Amino acid sequence: MSRFSKKKSSGTPAISTASLPDIVFILLFFFMVSTTMRQTNLLVKNTLPYADQVEKLDKKDLISYIYIGAPSSRYQSTFGTEARIQLNDKYASLSEIRDFVYSERAAMRQELVPYLTIALKVDEESNMGLVSDVKQELRKAEALKINYTTKEGSATQNVH
Amino acid sequence: MARRPAEEINAGSMADIAFLLLIFFLVTTTIITDQGINRKLPPIQPPQENPPPIKEKNIFIVLINKNDQLLVEDKPMQIEDIREAAVSFLDNGGGTGKEACNYCEGARDPESSDNPIKAVVSVQSDRQTQYGTYIAVQNELVAAYNQLRDRAAEQLYNVSFIQMEEDYKDPSYNGDKTVLKEKITKIQDMFPLKISEAEPKRN
Repeated sequence: MSRFSKKKSSGTPAISTASLPDIVFILLFFFMVSTTMRQTNLLVKNTLPYADQVEKLDKKDLISYIYIGAPSSRYQSTFGTEARIQLNDKYASLSEIRDFVYSERAAMRQELVPYLTIALKVDEESNMGLVSDVKQELRKAEALKINYTTKEGSATQNVH
Repeated sequence: MARRPAEEINAGSMADIAFLLLIFFLVTTTIITDQGINRKLPPIQPPQENPPPIKEKNIFIVLINKNDQLLVEDKPMQIEDIREAAVSFLDNGGGTGKEACNYCEGARDPESSDNPIKAVVSVQSDRQTQYGTYIAVQNELVAAYNQLRDRAAEQLYNVSFIQMEEDYKDPSYNGDKTVLKEKITKIQDMFPLKISEAEPKRN
């Protein structure tokens, strides 16, 4: 009757690695949930200017992006070097901005629509003319909250 | 009866599969959040017959030409000096009587702005101006406002304005957020951000 007697172990038992997949899966789920895939591939050159008086853009679902810049080098043979606007995955003209804003609004939940921010990712070498045309279009579409997306750094680096 | 014990499935390679997936997501994840200068565009209004008059001395004019050169209040200037010039303009407090500014520490030059509440910064750029220069100017102007707001916040509440804004956004801040919001609004009212942008000149 040795019901409570301990088994005698010989040597150190092997550590069970059966729970290793569980740990890895937890990590995996974390990254799956927190990942936001790059939705668009850039068709324009996009070297952002530097600024240090910046605010963070947290809620990614409230932000729509407009890219402006000269076409990337592999598209320059077909589209030239003049700065262009990119909406979603293609080049767009000024008149398409309003439709873009409306469709972005339509895709959002009703109560979040007033918080829609348009992030302007503009190449530092583009001209203000195009940027202000875009801003005029945004005003017409009543998308008034904008953000000039920048890189962190001293603004004096922008002036060459 | 001889019963065959159920054979254990080797789960050793499960970890490898999971690791493979993990590495894929690690590589594609972008944790970095974007940052930038927030602005609110003015809504389009029907042209007013009589726009409210603004005194000439309450306007701080920054011109950027197509060669990215700056003209601030009719004087050529380097980008590094704009912040200082803007601070001394906004903080001037040259007004008297009803328009006096009791928290300004500036030179009280009657030729410069009356009051930070009245003061307007006007940025005019050319269509050929480079975006980088424009952002640099905007950044320096925001920096001037932040400097003054920081000073006011330090004097009134012993905390910097930037810190107050960060606390307000921080969900784990253990203080009264409505009080904090009131404080922030008060400082913002002391130095309201008034940057007006004319449409770039066409030439």
